[in-house]
Amino acid sequence: METANPCPSLKPNEYKSGTKPVWCPGCGDYSVLLAITKAMSEMNLEPENVALVSGIGCSSRLPAYLNVYGFHAVHGRALPVATGLKVSRPDLTVLAAGGDGDGFSIGGNHFMHACRRNVDMTYIVMDNQVYGMTKGQASPTTDPDWDKSKLTPGGTKINPYYPLVIALASGANFIARASSTDPNGAAKVLVDAIRHPGFSFVHMLSPCVTFRPEQKDWKKMVRSAPVEPTKDPAIAAKRLMTDDNFFLGTLYKGDRPAYQPELKTTVEHLSELEQGFVL
Amino acid sequence: MNNSASTENAKGSSTGAPRSLSIAMLGSGGSGVMTAGQLLLDAAGQAGWYGMMTRSSGPQIRGGEAAALLRLSPQPVETHKGRFDILLAIDWLNADRFVGEIILDSDSIVIGDVGGQVPEAISDMGGRYVELPLGELAKGIKGGRPNMVALGALAQLINLPVDALEKVLTRSLSKKGEAAIEASMTGVRAGIEQASAIPDIPEFRIEANSQVERWSITGNEAAGLGAIRGGVRFVAAYPITPGTEILEWLAPNLKKVGGVLVQAEDELASINQLIGGSFGGTPSLTATSGPGLALMIESIGLAVASETPVVVVDVMRGGPSTGIPTKSEQSDLNIALYGLHGDAPHIVVAPMSIGDCLFTTQWATHLAETLQTASIVLSDQSLGQTRALIDRPADIAFVSGGRKITSKAEDFRRYVVNESGVSPMSIPGTPGCQYTADGLEHSPTGTPSSRAEDHIQQLNKRKRKLDQFDYGDHWAKIEGEGEMAVLTWGSSTGPVSEAIDMLAAEGHKVRLISMRLLSPTQPERLAAALAGVQRTLVVEQCHGAQFYHYLRAHYDLPCKLRSMAVPGPLMIRPDDVYSELKAWENS
Repeated sequence: METANPCPSLKPNEYKSGTKPVWCPGCGDYSVLLAITKAMSEMNLEPENVALVSGIGCSSRLPAYLNVYGFHAVHGRALPVATGLKVSRPDLTVLAAGGDGDGFSIGGNHFMHACRRNVDMTYIVMDNQVYGMTKGQASPTTDPDWDKSKLTPGGTKINPYYPLVIALASGANFIARASSTDPNGAAKVLVDAIRHPGFSFVHMLSPCVTFRPEQKDWKKMVRSAPVEPTKDPAIAAKRLMTDDNFFLGTLYKGDRPAYQPELKTTVEHLSELEQGFVL
Repeated sequence: MNNSASTENAKGSSTGAPRSLSIAMLGSGGSGVMTAGQLLLDAAGQAGWYGMMTRSSGPQIRGGEAAALLRLSPQPVETHKGRFDILLAIDWLNADRFVGEIILDSDSIVIGDVGGQVPEAISDMGGRYVELPLGELAKGIKGGRPNMVALGALAQLINLPVDALEKVLTRSLSKKGEAAIEASMTGVRAGIEQASAIPDIPEFRIEANSQVERWSITGNEAAGLGAIRGGVRFVAAYPITPGTEILEWLAPNLKKVGGVLVQAEDELASINQLIGGSFGGTPSLTATSGPGLALMIESIGLAVASETPVVVVDVMRGGPSTGIPTKSEQSDLNIALYGLHGDAPHIVVAPMSIGDCLFTTQWATHLAETLQTASIVLSDQSLGQTRALIDRPADIAFVSGGRKITSKAEDFRRYVVNESGVSPMSIPGTPGCQYTADGLEHSPTGTPSSRAEDHIQQLNKRKRKLDQFDYGDHWAKIEGEGEMAVLTWGSSTGPVSEAIDMLAAEGHKVRLISMRLLSPTQPERLAAALAGVQRTLVVEQCHGAQFYHYLRAHYDLPCKLRSMAVPGPLMIRPDDVYSELKAWENS
């Protein structure tokens, strides 16, 4: 939830830290960074009340490029860090971000449980179907016949993972897809995701021009989903199971209440906790 | 005092060990020995005695054989003796499992149900066997159970006032209603009557030395309370034996103080949730055991590098791997000290008694918060799961703070290099002080950096803040004089301390040094503590002599050293340490 900001809203650029990204020229993540700043500006968020948590990988370098509180954690663990932060500090707007390897492979278990736990946060996975930082290995979303990695000669021969389907089955409260090729559309989806209570998952297509140059064609393949968001998981399931991975927009908006234990002191003095020990 | 048991007691006092009574209750799972044992312990506390009770059982969820091992005394006790004055078995199924743990001699009394078959391994140790109709008496009482008859019999044998028993029983069964209390008390009275009819029973009486308020608490509960006293308000939890009770105690109690506990999906999640909670400004802690600590290690390194305070309580069990989950061992010292990759200075502390689990956990939290680093607390199964009767631990207030800032600061640099090594830590919500915490090496502003200059500056800073801090007298417990010393840590302190008391009663002076602070090392302080010592015995419950090797690696030890490294699952007994010291003294 955004808080009312009495000051005139910051421009998207003012949410940037000024640190120069490590990304390759042409990387989709530049546009994701832009989309995030546009969304924050649109929502008039105060940078000090926003925290962005990430794991390890190219896209996980994102927090250092923003002028909000950031945590660049270890590989795969962005979601637990974000969970601990939001549960103990519900006043903050918490975002988590990372790549497909970080979120679906090493962090796969946390993804499932974060969806299920439904803490009010937004998780942006920049999916380029490859490990970029380690120079081009297959990820859980890579097609089985992609044979450009030395680690898996001849391709992985394993079917890719469908993150949106997993998110729905695990209980995510908001599921959308956006693309770095359309930063304005992506910003709109992000605003929608941040505003929606509970765990919001944004599958962000973000091409890797270095190890997957063929992804430059994604620009031509993405299109708006010809449907309205549904709150019916059965309709959403059919929609996501027949999805070709290039429909953009908000696909599911559930109405489960977010998980947020009340933080309220009920004892006057700590010594009241000791009574159980006294004989 | 003209009988064998009081002779033993008298012998106990002449050797300097506390006069005490040791009682073992055996029964198959579900027979209620743990319930009866705890009632007996709490009633003893009600009567002004001290004592402890260890629950011994296998890994079975239910069923199998269980034993409640009690030691009662007019003085505080911190270890079992091994030898038992009374063994009472509600049944003898699988009782031989406890041979080695329960030692009897000809002065012991062994009580069993009528018609029961005492296993040879038990009867071979000697002791006078007495049969009581536990089951039959219970059957005659509506809602009666043999464990309550047994409880009454034991209370009678040790001269425990019946009103103390009635008081704890009434309190413990208050939710079950009058009928349940009456059924239990009827059973207890039947037991008292039976036991008073046993001829020639030695007098196992111990006198209460005070009537001050007594606590009944386990080390795990004490650690939980220490966490809350230390300011912990966020806990992420993944259950693991034998650490779970810390988390179970914290869940409802954190709620009362405006905190929260989240059950995580695994230990990777729990440690990282702590890091998130702490980054948000909330002191955060988790409890685990060896396998969980192993999973958390990578992220403990993140806490060190990003200078985010976290506390991890490792309630150690037999290892490696799944090991012996229900038994104690001090074999996680190496992983706690050296498990982190890279040069990652952090705090490692260890409680040395059940009550000390409170202080040490509170202190660990204070150190983590003040020094912006990770603290590992090495408790173990024997401290964590043993219930003790203790005096209320003193309130100790530390001034923590760790330079957390919540209002705008000029020229804020999260990792600024300064003399103390502790830099300001802004809490999210503070305007103008946004930064990115990072496990990547970074510059003083937090920007990722692989420059040699930044690396050496930040390495020095993270080491300096721990090295320069004054840990005061809390670093160790030092007692006694003499040119012979015992160096030990954690739960081995109890048996060592009692062994030294036994020697003292014989006129032999032995110095005790038990180290609470294991990292950072305190070579100057230990050198001072060892001044004049010629011979030092190093005692630990660990096959690999990890503590001995740690001492050899980090400290100047200008004395003869001998290692007594004994693995679990059996506890180190005062007698074992006494014999070792005696043998060395005479050699």
